[in-house]
Amino acid sequence: MQKTVLDLTVKSCEMISAQYALLKLTQENSLPEMHAGQFVEVRVDNSSTTFLRRPISINFIDRNDNTLWLLIQVIGDGTRSMSMLQIGDIVNVILPLGNGFSWPKEKSKPILLVGGGVGTAPMLYWGKLLKDKGYEPNFLLGARSKKDLLQLADFSTFGSVYTTTEDGSYGEKGYVTNHSALNEKPWQRVYVCGPKPMMMAVAKEAKRLGVGCEVSLENNMACGVGACLCCVEDTKKGHVCVCTDGPVFDVEKLKW
Amino acid sequence: MAKNINMSVKLGELALENPVMTASGTFGYGTEFADFVDLNRIGGIIVKGTTLHHREGNPYPRMAETPSGMLNAVGLQNKGVHYFVDQIYPTIKDLNRNIIVNVSGSAIEDYVETARILNELEGIPAIELNISCPNVKQGGMTFGVTTDGASEVVSAVRKAYDKTLIVKLSPNVTDITEIAKAAEASGADSVSLINTLLGMAVDAEKRKPLLSTVTGGLSGPAVKPIALRMVWQVSKAVNIPVVGLGGIMNGRDAIEFMLAGATAIQLGTANFIDPMVTNRVIDEIQDYMIRNNVSDINDLIGALEV
Repeated sequence: MQKTVLDLTVKSCEMISAQYALLKLTQENSLPEMHAGQFVEVRVDNSSTTFLRRPISINFIDRNDNTLWLLIQVIGDGTRSMSMLQIGDIVNVILPLGNGFSWPKEKSKPILLVGGGVGTAPMLYWGKLLKDKGYEPNFLLGARSKKDLLQLADFSTFGSVYTTTEDGSYGEKGYVTNHSALNEKPWQRVYVCGPKPMMMAVAKEAKRLGVGCEVSLENNMACGVGACLCCVEDTKKGHVCVCTDGPVFDVEKLKW
Repeated sequence: MAKNINMSVKLGELALENPVMTASGTFGYGTEFADFVDLNRIGGIIVKGTTLHHREGNPYPRMAETPSGMLNAVGLQNKGVHYFVDQIYPTIKDLNRNIIVNVSGSAIEDYVETARILNELEGIPAIELNISCPNVKQGGMTFGVTTDGASEVVSAVRKAYDKTLIVKLSPNVTDITEIAKAAEASGADSVSLINTLLGMAVDAEKRKPLLSTVTGGLSGPAVKPIALRMVWQVSKAVNIPVVGLGGIMNGRDAIEFMLAGATAIQLGTANFIDPMVTNRVIDEIQDYMIRNNVSDINDLIGALEV
């Protein structure tokens, strides 16, 4: 997929929970081809303290209204500034970056998409693409508390949604690895994104079930295009760039 | 390009169509930016630092954002010169007329052998000797912080390398003009400066350094005043052409470095913010020349009125 630099316009930017903003960007021309699991590098113009772009996963692409959705977890100056963008603001992005998720082999066997915290972001678009192509995506989403579970209604339009909360305020209590759904269906493949310890635990479960697993990593990046070699992950084949050889990796390739 | 405007410059025997080059370690091997810019338009592309043997580089994390800049501690990760010659060179040699290889090493013999191998490649008209990388335990900056170290490595490489030899200097020294003079006396055709400045970043909450190596190299607009000062000082101290780099983000910055004495400039960290910056800076330099009635860019070199 060809990479390009675009000036997109903010269609909407709303806080969907205390710590998360949903930014929807658009332009006149049709948005380019992008795959689930890929990300974009956003230039933050409204912050005086940031310098580098911010890498954000593609949360969703709505081809009907030509919008690119980015789910922003407000952690520092860059993400805070992004959460304060106004309708009509111009946002410069480099996209699409990274490799994206790989298609499962069989349409008949169910797929499990696991997300924790802001890691749920790439799973929404992936769920849609899988459903459109005739697969059966299922979502297992975990958060600290009910208020931290995001976009549940959107996820449910593409497949069954299973949830866990650490405080038990919604869904099953505990972590995603505790959820009964893991043993409920003959999963064909597991895709997971979230905090590293969570992904490692899910990968372990997948291995126990004898199921293939893809993880999405989030290493600190500078260029986003595989030139600077800052975002490397140590794999069985040595250091590779998360921005080009990833962010999605078959867990078998990692040294986990 | 507009008529009657000359943007070409020379670094010794090396002719550049325009003074804009890319800094080693920030532009990969060129192909990484092919979707964004016309690679052929760039004056020269300096590819990633190449060592005799394969290097894995430093452990992650290797970067930290800093005010108006960033720190990197990559550590010269590369697959070695033999892999470069066999696998990479054939695919990149025609991307640009000036594909230049940055050469690093831990020991003099490594520098010399790598230079000797690259000397054989028809499509590589120059090498840039890295005696200034602050992110490797041996070699790199070790050679570039003393006049003896610099003389030793440059003289040795000069014997093994026939084409244009650019020596990249470290700013982490007391007097960079001394190192530059030593490089010139040892046969360098040109010096490029500055490499990154040694810096550090800390996570106050975790109470840990942000880089796996604790210290790393600072680049970006934050270093520009230091780089500009050093280019000015060095260009007065040597007769060979100076290549300026350090925080250049646009055409105006590039002109400032040329006025201070640089014959050519390199764009590094700027590529991360704007992947199209190389082509943009060429256009901006041209605009400046038209606006200021400068028909030959060489008239700007060292034209600072002090």
